[in-house]
Amino acid sequence: MTTTVIPPVQNPEATVARPQPRPFGLVRHSLALARRSLIKTIRTPEQLLDVTLQPIIFVMLFVFLLGGAIAGDTHQYLQFLLPAIMVQTVVFASVATGVSLNTDLKKGVFDRFRSLPIGRSAPLIGSVLGDLIRYVVATVSLAVCGLVLGFQLVTGVLPALAAVAMTIGFAFCLSWAFVLLGMVMREPGAVQGTAFMVMFPLTFGTGMMAPTDTLPGWLQTWVHINPVAHAMEAARGLMIGGPVAGHLVWVVVWGVGLLAVFAPLAVRAYRRRT
Amino acid sequence: MDYAFEAHGLVKRFGKTTALAGLDLSVRQGRVLGVLGPNGAGKTTAVRILATLLRPDEGRALVGGLDVVKDAARVRRLIGLTGQYASVDEDLTGMQNLVLIGQLLDLRKDEARARATELLAEFGLAEAGGRQAKTYSGGMRRRLDLAASLVGRPDVIFLDEPTTGLDPSKRDDVWNIVRGLVSDGVTVLLTTQYLEEADALADEITVIDHGRSIAHGTPAQLKQIVGGQTVLARPADPGRLAETEAILTGVSGRPAESPSRGVVTVPVDGDAQFTEVVARLAQAGISVTELSLRLPSLDEVFFTLTGERATDDSAAA
Repeated sequence: MTTTVIPPVQNPEATVARPQPRPFGLVRHSLALARRSLIKTIRTPEQLLDVTLQPIIFVMLFVFLLGGAIAGDTHQYLQFLLPAIMVQTVVFASVATGVSLNTDLKKGVFDRFRSLPIGRSAPLIGSVLGDLIRYVVATVSLAVCGLVLGFQLVTGVLPALAAVAMTIGFAFCLSWAFVLLGMVMREPGAVQGTAFMVMFPLTFGTGMMAPTDTLPGWLQTWVHINPVAHAMEAARGLMIGGPVAGHLVWVVVWGVGLLAVFAPLAVRAYRRRT
Repeated sequence: MDYAFEAHGLVKRFGKTTALAGLDLSVRQGRVLGVLGPNGAGKTTAVRILATLLRPDEGRALVGGLDVVKDAARVRRLIGLTGQYASVDEDLTGMQNLVLIGQLLDLRKDEARARATELLAEFGLAEAGGRQAKTYSGGMRRRLDLAASLVGRPDVIFLDEPTTGLDPSKRDDVWNIVRGLVSDGVTVLLTTQYLEEADALADEITVIDHGRSIAHGTPAQLKQIVGGQTVLARPADPGRLAETEAILTGVSGRPAESPSRGVVTVPVDGDAQFTEVVARLAQAGISVTELSLRLPSLDEVFFTLTGERATDDSAAA
């Protein structure tokens, strides 16, 4: 590699003047940073394995392992499982934002962001928004997998899109909890471990794999409280038919609540982290 | 506004560790302040406070007359920061890195792009601009990092150990960049463990140790702390080292030392004694391959002030 000698003078007739503050800074800065995380994701597509291959493996395993036993035949079970596993996959994918932020914080690039005149929350909002791509990829890969296996959309495209939107919206809200973990924990591995501990009861403590009427009472109570369980039922309703409204209210209330609690806490923790 | 930045009595503790114990620092506009100190002296902590990344527990710091705690947002418009480790995003290209910084500094997209192109050209990265930063060599990365801190045309630039881990030829590149900045009227704070670097770049040097400033002055003033000048002689015939040593001791009246093989040094009071050494060596018929009169190196200053040898080790704190 050749080393050019650097001309040490800055051009006095510079084309670009010193930048002046412009309005709507937080929105513009967050979007610029979201674009950064998007570029990073596209450059390292192996980061997307957990939202492409992994959900497909889950679907295959569950459908063929449990389908016969639970639903009598695999096609019936696929109809039952797919909307719920879509919710599970997207909700799971929200952990990654916290993990990657924790990794990022250790690198100098975050120091640079902090030394710039941007809102303290912009780097966090940027990461969370940039990771929306992961949810989209997860949904698309599951949709393709479902269609190949013979999933039939009973309700129509618009309700299915509504189910997707609800799921992504909820994952967006929940991801702030993992962003907070990413801010307060020392190691990316610890963020992931802790997040998964929360994630398993949230996603498996639901009616995802089997009807819940045979569950013991305490578990039924949990399923009734658990917002992910309601998201799964709402997604089912929106894709293969069934009650939606009641479940949707639970999801929206929980989502807004999670966002209202964890987003400010995460920003505060980021500000304090040195 | 006299000082480009000033810090008074900065104290910062991390748990039981006191990183800064009442540090004072200041420099006038358009000058380079070298902050010199061993690992763990508090250099990076001081930079992080001045660059608004950390709040001091006590004391006060101003950049361009603005308080770094109360007016942090405005201070951030005046400063550029280049951290100890290259703080660019390795997954982004050089161009994308600089455009991102430009956008975060409120440049319009086309302005950000123009500024990035300009800087890439200035730093010899025009061709590499479209490649991911992770493919860059250490020197290129450091240049990109410096370019990133200049996007907003800052008045004050903080360079925290900008050449740590670079080989000497790449170090020269960075030095030239810093000299260029100064000719543009930018004020620079440079932390370094390399005495040579402080000597080469800084107008003023503050030596810090254990979170305190222990000396401040121009490189020449600091060298006077150790006092006097030194004569160094290297006889052509190593067998005559003892004779040379005797001559030096005789002239100076102080014991000569041999800091490295084949070389003898002695402190002297002025150049008259140097002339005397030359004359006596000629008289004795000792030819030398090296003979010089010099001020003590900053290394020696550092040793005198801190009682520690400055390490030339690239392992940074």
